[in-house]
Amino acid sequence: METTTTTTTAAAPPAKPSRFQYMLDNPGFLAPLFMAPAVVYIVLLVAFPTVLSVYYSLSAYNIYNLSFKFVGLKNYIDIFQDDVFLQTLGNTFIFTIAANVIGLALGKATALLLLRDFRGKVFVRFLIILPWAVPIALATLAWRWMFDSLYSVINWSLQHAHLIGPNTWPNWLGEEHLAMISVIIVHAWRLFPFGAVIFLAGLTSIPKDVMDACVVDGAGFWRKNFQIVIPMITPIIAIAGLFGIVFTFTDMSVVYLLTKGGPTNSTHVLGSLAFQVGILSGDVSHGAAISLVMFPFLLVASILLLRFLRRREV
Amino acid sequence: MPPKLRLKKLLDNTTAYTILTILVIFAAFPFYWMLITTFKTDGDLYNLHVVPFWFHAMPTLDHLDLLFNQTRFLRWFWNSMVIGVLVVAITLVTALPAGYALARLVGTRGETLGIGIFLTYLVPPTLLFLPLSRVVADLHLQDSLWSLVVVYPSFTIPFCTWLMMGFYKSIPRDSVEAALVDGCTVFGSFFKVVLPMSMSGILTVVIFAFTLAMQEFIYALTFISSESQKPITLGVATDLVRGDIYYWGSLMGAALIASVPFALLYNFFLDSFITGITGETR
Amino acid sequence: MAQVEAKQIKKQFGDVTALHGIDLTVKEGEFCVFLGPSGCGKTTFLRIICGLESASSGELYIGDKPVIGLPPRARGVAMVFQTYGLYPHLKVRDNIAFPLKTQGTPKDEIKPKVEWAAGLLGIGHLLDRKPRQLSGGERQRVALARALVREPAVFLLDEPLSNLDAKLRTSARNELKEFQRRIGTTTIYVTHDQVEAMGMGDRIVVMEHGRVRQVGTPTEIYDEPANTFVATFLGTPPMNLVESNGHLMGFRPENFLHKSIYENLTDLMDINFRVARVEYLGSERVVYGFLEGIPHEGEVMSKLPVHVGHLDLREGEQYPFAIKRQDLKYFDKSTGERTAKG
Repeated sequence: METTTTTTTAAAPPAKPSRFQYMLDNPGFLAPLFMAPAVVYIVLLVAFPTVLSVYYSLSAYNIYNLSFKFVGLKNYIDIFQDDVFLQTLGNTFIFTIAANVIGLALGKATALLLLRDFRGKVFVRFLIILPWAVPIALATLAWRWMFDSLYSVINWSLQHAHLIGPNTWPNWLGEEHLAMISVIIVHAWRLFPFGAVIFLAGLTSIPKDVMDACVVDGAGFWRKNFQIVIPMITPIIAIAGLFGIVFTFTDMSVVYLLTKGGPTNSTHVLGSLAFQVGILSGDVSHGAAISLVMFPFLLVASILLLRFLRRREV
Repeated sequence: MPPKLRLKKLLDNTTAYTILTILVIFAAFPFYWMLITTFKTDGDLYNLHVVPFWFHAMPTLDHLDLLFNQTRFLRWFWNSMVIGVLVVAITLVTALPAGYALARLVGTRGETLGIGIFLTYLVPPTLLFLPLSRVVADLHLQDSLWSLVVVYPSFTIPFCTWLMMGFYKSIPRDSVEAALVDGCTVFGSFFKVVLPMSMSGILTVVIFAFTLAMQEFIYALTFISSESQKPITLGVATDLVRGDIYYWGSLMGAALIASVPFALLYNFFLDSFITGITGETR
Repeated sequence: MAQVEAKQIKKQFGDVTALHGIDLTVKEGEFCVFLGPSGCGKTTFLRIICGLESASSGELYIGDKPVIGLPPRARGVAMVFQTYGLYPHLKVRDNIAFPLKTQGTPKDEIKPKVEWAAGLLGIGHLLDRKPRQLSGGERQRVALARALVREPAVFLLDEPLSNLDAKLRTSARNELKEFQRRIGTTTIYVTHDQVEAMGMGDRIVVMEHGRVRQVGTPTEIYDEPANTFVATFLGTPPMNLVESNGHLMGFRPENFLHKSIYENLTDLMDINFRVARVEYLGSERVVYGFLEGIPHEGEVMSKLPVHVGHLDLREGEQYPFAIKRQDLKYFDKSTGERTAKG
């Protein structure tokens, strides 16, 4: 048979690979090679600066005093005796908690509504996702305009809906409590689409079989929600929730562009205060100390995230 | 259907769509407001005696004219593009191989290492801007858009490495091993088989690295003060305000132009993003 | 073409020993089947031969050339994977050409070779499609063509039929066997399916827990099992094993028949059989029950061909059954190994 003659002339196996080729075959050599650029980048531009920041916070370094004199915990003691810092710390927590609670609640509601089928759903989803998808700095400018002290479209609407009196004209960004509410509104506005999309992903990831089985087993609304839906989507929600919390907790763009921390430092968050002290005033060591106060909370968030990511693996 | 049930369902539907409408307005109104503001004449804009949601004078292009011809808006736009493209390039060169090493070459420790890299994504700019401004100064990059090109990959790499890890895990092992049997080195199989099979993942990484770079504000604010070096977010937010005077029409026009196209792109790749962040494969 | 020789191949995964020192020679041109339950180490062994996995110790020769330490591409082997491992981003044509291109085959030689391989497997009309546009059977042929095109010394196939549906599997089995006979390349075929193994293998290597339990032709393996594992792993239903005089006595259900069926009554062992349950399977009946005088620990089975359908067997009744003495196999009670006689 013709085919047989072809195969008997089979090509000899290729020659033994060279030393160089051997290295290209060896995962023990390739893995470090492949990871090196990313790891070097992260070490140089994340790990090293973090250490440098710790070092700043323990020294007397500022733009007028370039000596790195070691002062121990003095900078931390200073900031914790400063009322502005204490209020800032409080603000950061208030903003983070309030914005995330509102964001997740609205997100969950949105997700449940988006589970329905209706015409134009794709477009509605796009409109809903906009706040999360656009640069927060630019979106905050729009809010600043909507909260304008003279021409606030929000005030106009509230007045014409008779929700506030005809002679009241709230100065959203100029009055302490209103300014805090404004910051929370913008954060919640930015977060809720993210929450919605995550909830939606979680809800649609529950296999239909499970839901069917649970209906067949006669589970009511509450049992269905609390024994099936919530436990099943918890890991996803927890991961996303932690991200939302970390992003709000560490953000400074919203505050910086909306109120610049004002009126009279009443709406600062750790990030914006660190920027004001460390960059604008040039007091690098105190600035570093202020921003490093975030670190323990980030650490807790990381550990929790790690646990949820691990649990997801199982 | 019994009438009582039908009524209940109708009420349910009405409530549901009412709530949804309110949520959509909440989400999208600022963008509508940007649009309206961009094209309103100043007189119309600052008139409180008419319903502000629509035009009461002929729409105008004055604000856009100011934006394009009397500010450096186009320059900022261009700067952002340059930064975006270069950041994407650096991200690809680092994250594509790193993700593969973690997903397939390192073995069981890869997952742990990968989570470690991912967690560095949580270290925020607000913690790093002080030391990094020193690093940037030492590299003689202060007040230059190159500082952003160098710094932005510090947050795109962790995220994109993690994203790619997930994508690589989903490509069939058999095809990669077939390539080894068919004559490739492990190194060769990465380029000839693994990367071509991961195109959708790579595209997602490109989009996300690009949008993350476009959206950044804090590092830009810290490192850059010259008008000509600013990326779009910084330029619009700082240079369209003269003293206390806000050029709202131009500002909103700029915000709209700089945000909506990227939002569209982002929306398109949202599902991959969610998959990446939660690690759920569906 | 080449023979494959393994000497004391061992494989450890951490604390787990996957292979306990395997010695085996696969002859030139032979169709050799590795058969065993999942987790027996057959796929690991195949992957070690291929070079995708490295052995912890031992020697391995392909065509007299030591290959331990060589990467897969330098071993002159081709492999067909369980899920075929096609390159989804390449057309069928480029899938088949891939091994040639990586070997640096001149361009003008590639096209005729691809067409030759595709023609041999009857997929010449599919060359411009992408793998996802193909059916399971077509994909399997593409994988075979890709393995074949560079004329390897050894074919390695890892359960290549397990992703096909049952009907297609039967025809693919025949084609594959026929195809191997035609090209005559040494072939190692891994499966957990005894029907595939019996039907295709020139020789079968039965494996369990990382050890080779028996090597032999299908007839040898089936008729003269070397131990109780091989005896019970092959055959549906498997060989009956009962205790007798301190040994294990084994006999196949199809050799355990009602006495009236035998024409020659010499050399028979008579046993009374109490019927517990009868399963009617169309071409045969499987009768479950207990042997008289043997403790009720093991049920035994009898497989009655349909042409003895006149026999009316009732549940709970006892009937005279018999086995030819030559069909009785004896095994050691503690080791399970075959012994001469009870």
